[in-house]
Amino acid sequence: MIVTIKDNSNQQKNIIVDEEKAEHILKVKNLNIYYGEKRAVNGISMDIEKNRVTALIGPSGCGKSTFLRSINRMNDLIPGARAEGEIVYEDINILSNDINVVALRKEIGMVFQKPNPFPKSIYNNITHALKFSGTKNKRVLDDVVEESLTKAALWDEVKDRLHSSALALSGGQQQRLCIARTIAMKPTVMLLDEPSSALDPISNAKVEELIMDLKKEYSIIIVTHNMQQASRISDKTAFFLNGDLVEYDVTNKIFTNPAEKKTEEYISGRFG
Amino acid sequence: MNSRVADRIATGVFIAIAAIIISVLVGLFSYILYNGLNIVTPDFLTKPSSNIRAGGGIRDQLFNSFYILFITMLITIPLGIGGGIYMAEYAKPGKITNTIRSCIEVLASLPSIVIGMFGLLMFVNLTGWGNTILGGALALTVFNLPVMVRVSEDAIRTVPRDQKEASLALGITHWHTIKTILIPSAFPSILTGAILASGRVFGEAAALLFTAGLSTPRLDYTNWNPFAANSPLNIFRPAETLAVHIWSVNTQGLIPDVEDVSNGSAAVLIISVLIFNLMARWIGSIIHKKITATK
Repeated sequence: MIVTIKDNSNQQKNIIVDEEKAEHILKVKNLNIYYGEKRAVNGISMDIEKNRVTALIGPSGCGKSTFLRSINRMNDLIPGARAEGEIVYEDINILSNDINVVALRKEIGMVFQKPNPFPKSIYNNITHALKFSGTKNKRVLDDVVEESLTKAALWDEVKDRLHSSALALSGGQQQRLCIARTIAMKPTVMLLDEPSSALDPISNAKVEELIMDLKKEYSIIIVTHNMQQASRISDKTAFFLNGDLVEYDVTNKIFTNPAEKKTEEYISGRFG
Repeated sequence: MNSRVADRIATGVFIAIAAIIISVLVGLFSYILYNGLNIVTPDFLTKPSSNIRAGGGIRDQLFNSFYILFITMLITIPLGIGGGIYMAEYAKPGKITNTIRSCIEVLASLPSIVIGMFGLLMFVNLTGWGNTILGGALALTVFNLPVMVRVSEDAIRTVPRDQKEASLALGITHWHTIKTILIPSAFPSILTGAILASGRVFGEAAALLFTAGLSTPRLDYTNWNPFAANSPLNIFRPAETLAVHIWSVNTQGLIPDVEDVSNGSAAVLIISVLIFNLMARWIGSIIHKKITATK
């Protein structure tokens, strides 16, 4: 497979990526994102593979989170932010103005850096979105709660206190609840914005384990500052620098034999 | 002076300030209650007031106070929360929003007597209603609304942004997010604001002098038809509230027991506000616990 990238001098070039007959769930074409006058993402193009974990790495302010948030249009909330180019999902450009953003976000779920459960019971955290989309049947709701908590590896820990406050859970449990809440919507793509950076190492390990498990069913894009995490859990890795996509390749290759000097410097900890 | 001494002095100063505030409060309360409580008998609370003879009660005034408060809050709370939601969630930053915000602030700082004069022009003369409960309630709404909008806006803005993002990221519409995430989280602060506003309304006299009036018709508490002239529920009748009553017996009262009536009324007024606050907080905490599933 050939992937077009731009290097630092903004020249387009093609690189060859290992092909595993992967299906592409998202196709990003020449995406530019601006905050007011400032350009945060410079014309990136990349294809995201289905049922794989794609890691986005790079120093703070390199545009990786901005890119991630544009995939389910969370940047719409930021005054002055706008995106040009295309992100194609199921033959639809999700950046176009006439798409139903609410429906899009049901397909492309997101988990944030800081665990942000609602100040409601554990049960109601999961059912909040389901009730909105019209599921009222108690038995169906019960089933979804159990299923999504099980998938998020949280069921055994909370099954006896589903109706107590989610805020009483530990940080790691809260984050898995947030993942469960997203799973309950049955999305196809899950966007994870540094999901374990605010957690202790044990919780972090649990979340990573969970991500490995989830990729059977979902396509996952994860932003991370933790290089070990990216190398452990992702199939492909994209390295961002100053709004450019410097290198996008199979994770193994990025971490052992990167094509770009910048990538190697970043991975070996020389900057960032 | 070294920093440890400075620290001690600061601690002492703040304790002293707190002590001053508490002693003023306790002093005021005990003075009012000491003078008023022996007057507040069941008889005083259930008898109509008298214009000339001694021994009149405050039955109608007490009812009027609560009724005007109720009508005012019925108008103020939905409008105030609606305005707060608009300012916090929909208003785009810019000139128009800033203008609206300055208008609200100016409105909030208007002297209540001026609002009373405005109410006289608008709700008494222009409408041709004369002195009415509704006119009084509308004047109090003008007086109250800016505070309520401000409080609701601040309450909604202080809900963490990540709560809102979490809800939107689950594919939930903006309005449903406001309804099910933002308002429940903001509820305790909105409630506190509403209680403070209610206290202001309950004790307000100046804005009501010209709008709800200084008199109360002979009321028949068994008549619940809100359109009857002698029904307490009629919103198109004049109504003297407790605060206005205190003012009027002291300035133009002909009764010999002016002092007793005003002392008793003052005691009832602060006890009512106290009970009202405690009740509202208690109910509020029950609702909040129910929403957030905390124990």
